[in-house]
Amino acid sequence: MSTVTPTDTTATSGGAASWVDDRLHASGGLSKLLKKVFPDHWSFMLGEVALYSFIILLLSGTYLTLWFKPSMTEVIYNGSYMPLKGIKMSEAYASTLDISFDVRAGLLMRQIHHWAALFFLAAMSVHLMRVFFTGAFRKPREMNWVIGTVLLTLGILEGFAGYSLPDDLLSGTGLRIAQGIMQAIPLVGTYLAMFLFGGEFPGNDFISRLYSVHILLIPGILLALVTVHLIMVFYQKHTQFPGAGRTESNVVGFRLYPIYMAKAGGFFFIVFGVTTLISALVAINPIWLYGPYTPSQVTAGSQPDWYMGWLDGAVRIMPNWETNVLGHTISWNLLVPALVIPGIMFTSMGLYPWIEAWVSGDKREHNLLDRPRNAATRTSLGAMALSFYMMLWFSGDNDIIATAFHLSINQITLALRVLIFVVPPVVFIITKRICLGLQRKDRETLLHGYESGQVLRLPHGEFIEIHKPVSLEEKAVLMGKADIAPLPAPLAIDANGVANPKAKAGAIRTRMSAWFYADNVAAPTALELAEAEEHALHGASHGEISSH
Amino acid sequence: MAISRRHPAALFAVLFVALGTTGAAYAAVSTGTAPQAAATSSTQVDEGKQLFLEGCSSCHGVAAQGSSDGPSLIGVGAAAVDFQVGSGRMPLAGPAIQAVDKPPVYTEEEIASLAAYVASLGAGPAIPSDEMVDTSNADLVLGGELFRTNCSQCHNVAGRGGALSNGRWAPNLMAADPKEIYEAMITGPQNMPVFSDKTITPEEKKDIIRYIEELQKSENPGGADLGRFGPVTEGVFIFIVGLGILIVISVWIGAKAR
Repeated sequence: MSTVTPTDTTATSGGAASWVDDRLHASGGLSKLLKKVFPDHWSFMLGEVALYSFIILLLSGTYLTLWFKPSMTEVIYNGSYMPLKGIKMSEAYASTLDISFDVRAGLLMRQIHHWAALFFLAAMSVHLMRVFFTGAFRKPREMNWVIGTVLLTLGILEGFAGYSLPDDLLSGTGLRIAQGIMQAIPLVGTYLAMFLFGGEFPGNDFISRLYSVHILLIPGILLALVTVHLIMVFYQKHTQFPGAGRTESNVVGFRLYPIYMAKAGGFFFIVFGVTTLISALVAINPIWLYGPYTPSQVTAGSQPDWYMGWLDGAVRIMPNWETNVLGHTISWNLLVPALVIPGIMFTSMGLYPWIEAWVSGDKREHNLLDRPRNAATRTSLGAMALSFYMMLWFSGDNDIIATAFHLSINQITLALRVLIFVVPPVVFIITKRICLGLQRKDRETLLHGYESGQVLRLPHGEFIEIHKPVSLEEKAVLMGKADIAPLPAPLAIDANGVANPKAKAGAIRTRMSAWFYADNVAAPTALELAEAEEHALHGASHGEISSH
Repeated sequence: MAISRRHPAALFAVLFVALGTTGAAYAAVSTGTAPQAAATSSTQVDEGKQLFLEGCSSCHGVAAQGSSDGPSLIGVGAAAVDFQVGSGRMPLAGPAIQAVDKPPVYTEEEIASLAAYVASLGAGPAIPSDEMVDTSNADLVLGGELFRTNCSQCHNVAGRGGALSNGRWAPNLMAADPKEIYEAMITGPQNMPVFSDKTITPEEKKDIIRYIEELQKSENPGGADLGRFGPVTEGVFIFIVGLGILIVISVWIGAKAR
């Protein structure tokens, strides 16, 4: 009876964890990971919304794949939606109707999937704005910016693929335009379209091909890039806004465990909850109203989802220009709005960190964010780009605007053709003035304090408003402004009397740099601050304050 | 029946009609013309003519032959009058790119008289009978198919209307009654093409009306329909309501940490 029982060292509390650690030796890295500190700001959660929407998309999408049949085979609908009973349609559309009317929780899942897709792209776009306007793309985070640009591009494509899968009238109309855009590519366009669609539009192959792109190829790439995106945020550490105790070389915030685990976990459920709530209460894309796609039908108010609206708008706003070269038509009316403009937009977006670094000559690492006002030209450029995007968006909605506000669709289009060139520069100028005004105000606040609202009447009758110094926290925020001086002009001839071959390029760069930074209202220097402090003390004791 | 909806023009219309009929009666008595044909339709035509001369002829011409301000009404039929005047589109308040529907200015009897007069000018589509717009046995599925093929490109797949060129529009069908829809199809008002009985048979017209009635129920299995305007309102909703809620929550979570 005296058998030896080996002592079970893992049978204590945390046994499972020890069991894993004995085999993987992961505790060192994990504890480092769990102690990682993240700064706090509401705008840092926009990326989280995108991430969580992506997870919701994967979950709800998986549910939908269980019933969706990506086939263009013609079937006769025999489900429970009466107004379409007995109609010939593709299996894809019939199975989407089944999901909507005959699968348990199918309609809710479809709506969750679609609303989450709109959320995903909306959150990504707003996250992109946050990163741009705060300068979070600067060294060392340029690569993550590029990954973000690719994520957004792929997200738009993924969304459009999903919009096209149900094979209802709206899907087919969108695909028809996509096919037209493909055909507009010079030389290879028609071949490409014939290859992708397996012949003439609509063909019998496209839905099944699009399906594997939508559920496998793009989500796979998205998942991989999202992972890299997050690992880089961990590895490079999160940026933070300037404030008390925050420097370029520290991160002030809370540890991942337990604070951020709880916050992020809780926020995931909030995002999921809000998405589900909206999906349960508000209809999205009622495909049963649109009917099966037939090339002979179209509906008023055919629109893409919002993230494609600008592209549709660009096509709508473009004059109908075509050139015939040696019997081949070049369709500028599609080539320019659907391929050239998006190409310019996304390329300049991806390259922006390098463009700004070239203009500023700034090679430093930046872990502290810019307040948007402190980078006036960048902020104005961003606002200008957004206003351009908005103009395209309005153009895409021109028929809805015409219907809702009793306007002429032709006049809207004409007006937008002018406004798209007028509004962005005006927005640039106004934004820049606002930013510079705020910079001046910040400088004033640092030098003379804030307006306390206390009005004092002096013995000789004059009224003055008492200015009070700002709090230390506020002062740290205002002092976080990092000025960049415009680059000096390059020397045309060097010390040895040899002409500088780069002088011309350098001159352009100098001019750009001056345009970018010359207007900047410099933050007060230490000397100026000390003087102002002295002045305040001195003035207060001698009643000199009245001279203000 | 009293005028229940008091349109600002109603008073004028009443005055106009009253003065007109008094004048007409006086003219009839004073000149002592020979008695009219006994048929009621004939008196109806005369009444209609009188109303027409007073209210319509300034644009459509005294013999309904048309002018630079309005088209000829010879051969448009009673259905066109019933549609245009019955939906308040006529009389036109002023020159406009397209007539707007408003509470009718004339009473039902007056509209019938006007219709009878215009019908007497030349053969045209007649006002559909109740039986012709009775959709109780209509084919909903075929109606939907026909609606999507023939109507949705202008009126939108859910019948919510849409924009046409140069400020014209295809109206929202949510308040259209069966007779109105039928008349619109056979007369082609404003920018709408005529859907003759050869293109779409009377039975098929019933099917289309049946489908529109289904759309008018606005049953939404998916929840609130956001006006059934399509993806535009969905996009506006996700930014304002969806992201709005999440940003408010983000600010709240961010604020708690301070």
